[in-house]
Amino acid sequence: MELSLEQKFQDKIDRDERIEPRDWMPDSYRKTLVRQISQHAHSELVGMLPEGNWISRAPSLRRKLGLMAKVQDEAGHGLYLYSAAETLGVERDTMFDQLHTGKAKYSSIFNYPTLTWADIGAIGWLVDGAAIMNQVPLCRCSYGPYARAMVRVCKEESFHQRQGFEIMLTLCNGTPEQKAMAQDALNRWWWPSLMMFGPNDAESPNTKQSMAWNIKRFTNDELRQRFVDMSVPQAALLGINIPDADLKLDEETGKYSFGEINWDEFWQVVKGHGPCNKDRLAARVKAHEDGAWVREAAMAYAEKQEQKKLNTIAVKTA
Amino acid sequence: MANKDLLNYTLQLADDVMILGHRLSEWTGHGPVLEQDIALSNIALDLIGKARNLYQYAARQEGNGKTEDDYPYKRDVLAWTNVLLVEQQNGDFGQTIVRQFLFDCYHYYHLEALSKSNDEQMAFIGAKSLKEARYHLQYSSEWMLRLGDGTEESHSRMQKAVDDKIHYFEELFIPTELEARLIKEGIAPDLSIIREKAFAKMNAVIQESTLVLPEKIYTQQGGRDGKHTEHFGFILTELQFMQKTYPDMVW
Repeated sequence: MELSLEQKFQDKIDRDERIEPRDWMPDSYRKTLVRQISQHAHSELVGMLPEGNWISRAPSLRRKLGLMAKVQDEAGHGLYLYSAAETLGVERDTMFDQLHTGKAKYSSIFNYPTLTWADIGAIGWLVDGAAIMNQVPLCRCSYGPYARAMVRVCKEESFHQRQGFEIMLTLCNGTPEQKAMAQDALNRWWWPSLMMFGPNDAESPNTKQSMAWNIKRFTNDELRQRFVDMSVPQAALLGINIPDADLKLDEETGKYSFGEINWDEFWQVVKGHGPCNKDRLAARVKAHEDGAWVREAAMAYAEKQEQKKLNTIAVKTA
Repeated sequence: MANKDLLNYTLQLADDVMILGHRLSEWTGHGPVLEQDIALSNIALDLIGKARNLYQYAARQEGNGKTEDDYPYKRDVLAWTNVLLVEQQNGDFGQTIVRQFLFDCYHYYHLEALSKSNDEQMAFIGAKSLKEARYHLQYSSEWMLRLGDGTEESHSRMQKAVDDKIHYFEELFIPTELEARLIKEGIAPDLSIIREKAFAKMNAVIQESTLVLPEKIYTQQGGRDGKHTEHFGFILTELQFMQKTYPDMVW
């Protein structure tokens, strides 16, 4: 009996093989990937803004260069990811339109403000830390171009995380003012970082299908638990306190139990009503609109050059 | 005792690239195309990297416990000796490109000559930055062409940018008194030779970009003597915010 395309596809997935752009794939698989990869790309792009606004105020030359390079890496990640999404047949401009009109989402964490220099440390430590937790399994994602992009992204993210932790460590070893700044940043960034893993498993209807397709390898709650277990000892090393009265070690499992996430806040920010959603989107739209004449000129110039080349060939062959 | 001329010259060179790099980094996250966002950040990283090398060299010359950060983070407006061109506001992408292109025309040929300086460290820094500056000049020249000879709108924006910025070009080639002394010693490159090459390059690219220079150029200068534009205080307000608010802490 001949296997259907769908069965062949699922067999390939079940053998843990990669799906490549020209392979047949179900529409729903393609759609899921386009949504996930473009969301991921948008997150890199919007993620440049909260940290980018500290580049001009970074406290030393070394920190300024480190932060600039980090934000630039995020632009690079955006580029790999938009390219990966393009292999699924969606144009970058279409994805930008979806971002600018609010149709496409990006990680809600970037809708929180960076108020002090310690936020740059906390973002590197916690936000990049959570991102790595999510992304390392994606290096084994069933869609080849996405998996390969993630390998490069993860290498750089782990460097960012170390850089962020080192900023926190410097603050915690510094003056009482600096340590207080670090504690305040942890207080503000801890819960939004836990929210980065998405809704609880019971509230996440797409997880099961994504796992069957080998796009996702672990559930939201599994990844969130790992993140908490990793971060608690790091906070202890820094000598600052995680703002959760319910946090405690379960001696039997070796895992930490933690307090309830404020899901009302989570959904409010996801739906566009967080502290910075409007500013972030406005900044992206402005950059895009202000750049329109530049993109048009580059196209016009390229066309003129092409035309000149054709004219030269025409003259030569005449 | 440190050679005061060499020290001040080191700072002069550092200040140019520090401020231009700082300005360019304001683009990070706001570029017209993702690829150009990355490219501008790259140039900013190169320039501030070079500034860092030079400030470190200045600190070694002083040898009194100063660090690379003392110069950018603790001096007030009048002590900075960068040219006025580099502190000009970013404006639109075209204004930024014209500012960059003019600086690159000077910078590339200056580094080419600096890499042959009698001062070993200057020669080393010159050679190290030369490769980067070659790419910067290529990048900004290409965008001069694309935007100058692109659409009607881009052409008129670029013509306006050239009309606005060209008055800041000449200052790069006017030697300060200490520079004139160091030129004689073979430490600083001869600016008259660099001027010739830089103007030739500038004229050629402007022409190929279908742009024209204004009939009369009113040279603006003063940066080398600490007489800056009004923009400069605002640059320092941001750059030095942490140092002013939390003096002498380690970050």
